[in-house]
Amino acid sequence: MSVALSAPDIKRALTRISHEILEKNQGASSIVLLGIPTRGAHLAQRIASIISEIEGVEISCGTLDITLFRDDLRLRAPKAIMPTSIPPSGVENRDVILIDDVLFSGRTIRSALDALGEIGRPRTVQLAALVDRGHRELPIKADFVGKNLPTSKSQSVRVLLSEIDGRDEVSIEGEAN
Amino acid sequence: MRHLLSIADLSKIEAISILDTANELARVSDGAVKKLPTLRGRTIVNLFAEDSTRTRISFEAAAKRLSADVINFSAKGSSVSKGESLKDTAMTLQAMGADAVVIRHSASGAAQRLADSQWMSGSVVNAGDGTHEHPSQALLDAFTIRKHLGLGKSDLEGLSVAIVGDVLHSRVARSNVLLLAKLGAKVTLVAPPTLLPVGVESWPASVSYDFDSVIPFVDVVMMLRVQQERMTEMYFPNAREYSRYFGLNSDRMKSMKPGAIVMHPGPMNRGLEISAEVADSSRSVITEQVTNGVSVRMAILYVLLTGGSLEAGGN
Repeated sequence: MSVALSAPDIKRALTRISHEILEKNQGASSIVLLGIPTRGAHLAQRIASIISEIEGVEISCGTLDITLFRDDLRLRAPKAIMPTSIPPSGVENRDVILIDDVLFSGRTIRSALDALGEIGRPRTVQLAALVDRGHRELPIKADFVGKNLPTSKSQSVRVLLSEIDGRDEVSIEGEAN
Repeated sequence: MRHLLSIADLSKIEAISILDTANELARVSDGAVKKLPTLRGRTIVNLFAEDSTRTRISFEAAAKRLSADVINFSAKGSSVSKGESLKDTAMTLQAMGADAVVIRHSASGAAQRLADSQWMSGSVVNAGDGTHEHPSQALLDAFTIRKHLGLGKSDLEGLSVAIVGDVLHSRVARSNVLLLAKLGAKVTLVAPPTLLPVGVESWPASVSYDFDSVIPFVDVVMMLRVQQERMTEMYFPNAREYSRYFGLNSDRMKSMKPGAIVMHPGPMNRGLEISAEVADSSRSVITEQVTNGVSVRMAILYVLLTGGSLEAGGN
């Protein structure tokens, strides 16, 4: 097991992503952050609080559960459905930023786009991920990445966040081959 | 979990996870999303060999909200006996590629028979078998109780429930006693001795013959339908006497605890086990039970029809 991001690294990455989001969207007025449970939801909260500190305004932030939209439900044991909470502003004509911890095959994000399509029609949908570990199975790309981690498919990336796990850390488990 | 045949097969954890799933599904379908793609391309057959309104419609609505294809198969009017005909039906359904069969049958154990046989490979959901069990009803009742009185807890610890009336013929009572006790509630059965089954003392519930001595102390009064169609002999002298001793009328309702609720699985015999004023009162959660039924059945279909072998999964 090797540590890829320490707690200060994670903090710096999230701060940079927050600035990039603001830069790309020319401010915070139209953005809605939607975290994908479980850890993406906490990352969304953190980015929202960093952005509101920078801009001095409240940021619309919610969660989007994608379990019911997965394309592998037939193959896997059923997962617990996590809460979806869309901020009162809605997503219609807003710039929605999806936030997840690890970007891997891209299937979670495809499901998220389907889930989002049921809720409304955002002006743009952007994607932020703390870690991009490669191995995409779909034509999906992140707009904001905390760190690109080259991994082999047999390895697994573990993200720990203090809200759930008591400390912040990203590590790679297993041997590269 | 592949089949839902009886509450007795469910662990407390499985039961709570179905209720939690139903809770999230209810929130999803309350919101903007009316239809979910979750079971797209799956076929669910409603095989109803006995009359039903609510359960069949509820399973149908649940399946459709999850985008499954629904085939309704009612064997109404056919007088064929269980064995051979159930086998033939099952093989027909298998040939049509049913992923799940929701079965209601007048014979106790029909769902079990279908699940144990090699006739078909899909999931079996028991939607009421004779006087045995009706697990989806018990789950929706527990869901409704938890929503009203659960105080945010996941189980029903500390609540007391009276189940009143025709326990003998009631699969709803059987499933509810097992489930509510499993979730930590204290259950009291209230009925005339003639309407209690043999062996009731082994159930996880206490028994009373006196409704008035029980009603002030319970959080939930669950009335059961007097199942006249299953009554082959006299179980009580007449309807008026039954109603006087075991019916819930507005006078009796006055002695209920503040906040206590009235439930009924339907269909009601208004004027027999429950008076119209009570059924339409603010304590009654009877129509809410129907609403919750759809969410709970969505959760059941979700749990049974997703998954499969774990090792088949990808990353």
